Amino acid sequence: MLIYLPIAEVSVNIFVLLGLGGLVGMLSGIFGVGGGFLMTPILIMIGIPPAVAVATEANQIVASSFSGVLAHFKRKTVDIKMGLILMLGGLVGATLGVQIFKYLKSIGQVELLVTLSYVVFLGLVGSMMFVESLNAIRRAGKPGAKPKKKKHSWMHGLPFKTRFRTSGLYISVIPPIIIGVAVGILAAIMGVGGGFIMVPAMIYMLGMPTKVVVGTSLFQIIFVTAYTTLSHAMQNFTVDAILALLLIIGGVIGAQIGTRIGVKLKAEQLRILLAAMVLLMCGKLALDLLLVPSEIFSIGAGGE
Amino acid sequence: MFRIVFIAISIIASPLFAQETVVVDLSQNRIEITATYSGSNIFVFGAVKRDTPLPAGTGSLDVAIVIEGPLETVTVRKKEKKLGIWVNSDAVEIHRAPSFFTIATTRPLEEMLNEGDRRDYAIGLDYAVRPQPDAEDDIDANIESFAEAVVRIREDDGLYSQREGLVNLTDDILFEAGISLPANLVEGDYTARIYLVRDKNIVADAAVEITVRKAGLEAWLYDLSRENSLLYGLLSLLVALVAGYGASEIFRRLKR
Repeated sequence: MLIYLPIAEVSVNIFVLLGLGGLVGMLSGIFGVGGGFLMTPILIMIGIPPAVAVATEANQIVASSFSGVLAHFKRKTVDIKMGLILMLGGLVGATLGVQIFKYLKSIGQVELLVTLSYVVFLGLVGSMMFVESLNAIRRAGKPGAKPKKKKHSWMHGLPFKTRFRTSGLYISVIPPIIIGVAVGILAAIMGVGGGFIMVPAMIYMLGMPTKVVVGTSLFQIIFVTAYTTLSHAMQNFTVDAILALLLIIGGVIGAQIGTRIGVKLKAEQLRILLAAMVLLMCGKLALDLLLVPSEIFSIGAGGE
Repeated sequence: MFRIVFIAISIIASPLFAQETVVVDLSQNRIEITATYSGSNIFVFGAVKRDTPLPAGTGSLDVAIVIEGPLETVTVRKKEKKLGIWVNSDAVEIHRAPSFFTIATTRPLEEMLNEGDRRDYAIGLDYAVRPQPDAEDDIDANIESFAEAVVRIREDDGLYSQREGLVNLTDDILFEAGISLPANLVEGDYTARIYLVRDKNIVADAAVEITVRKAGLEAWLYDLSRENSLLYGLLSLLVALVAGYGASEIFRRLKR
């Protein structure tokens, strides 16, 4: 059954959209990532104009993250204080990111830089997580191995220290704010929630326990993507409500299922699965840049 | 379906066969794009009117129907391999690219119509996109390859097509063609141009307007997103939050 999308101005099979939403929503629930890094390229592949795909995806991430975070709230696995601090940084970063995006667009290379940043960040994050989780699994195999003690790094010398009770951390607010800004910038440029960068950053850089990372990431993603959705709706008119609704319906259901699957998986398994997926998408995008395209011309909208 | 009043037709009679004119109508002059719009069929039919009998030895009659969407400006980019990766390099603005272009004819186009008329009246996919190069562009020399790319890409998308033999002509008087329009149609004023061809020359033509508009929910959402974008954005967010909460609640109840 086909449905005509009013803003995207294309007709798409309704079940394809529901299915896509469900699949990506499930991943979102399992891993605590918004799923935008998968959904945005897929939407573009099925013929949605890139600008509409990016903006509408932000709207969908709001719904799936909200649905997911409610489940985490019930299990008390959201560090609200940390989430709010990350969010503050994220809003600043998203504002900067939108400006950078506009500038790149004016020099006509936005597509390349978006793809490149996808390849670089997905590649970095993916391989880091992959190696780390392989090591973790190997360590877990040996009964004599000692769990790593929390390291003291330069981060612990910074001022404005505060206690994050849920995470069991006593650290400066500066690193979370910097991470928030950085992820916010990337989120706006790449049209994603940024969870796939946020989650590893929280684990490896802030040293947060894995069980609160997913909920906290979802918590701050809601705010950053809501902000991005509004910006796109007001500045570019590219949020497609019908497309969003269909992705949301699939997505929220998928997220609920995903959250329940996530609880049953071990942290290491979770991480290695996410790493594999991130690397897969990275490889696909890298190939697009390297292989001879089947059509070397592309049509863009109107004059600048 | 409502039939809209017959639209007056502009008739430019060729000097050679001034006695022949063409009368046309469409099964619908207005296409409404609703949420469930998945393409439509437009039925073009007409008749040839003759004031005087044809002189002996006149060639056979052919009909060409061109349906064209609103003209728009598009930026066409060409990828090039730089430092090992494929990046957009040259970009050309094509100013008169119709959003939709289809031709239906009684016979293969080249066999039935001369090249000059094909070019002058833009009959044929090769004349669908008429580039008007900018003075500032240094790459005017290969602007043709960019225009051809538009035709090629849109042909793949089902937006441009050439359907030879689709028009049925009966007794050199009545003709009809069922032309399908794709699902990825955009809004705007479309035109259907009908040409009578004899001995490879155009002898009469007519044009009918087709209005393509969004309707119902589609139109409401589209207008809201343009006219009150803040409200539209907030509404989108509200839907997202309600859906997120709703799904969470439903699943909680189901679990019990």
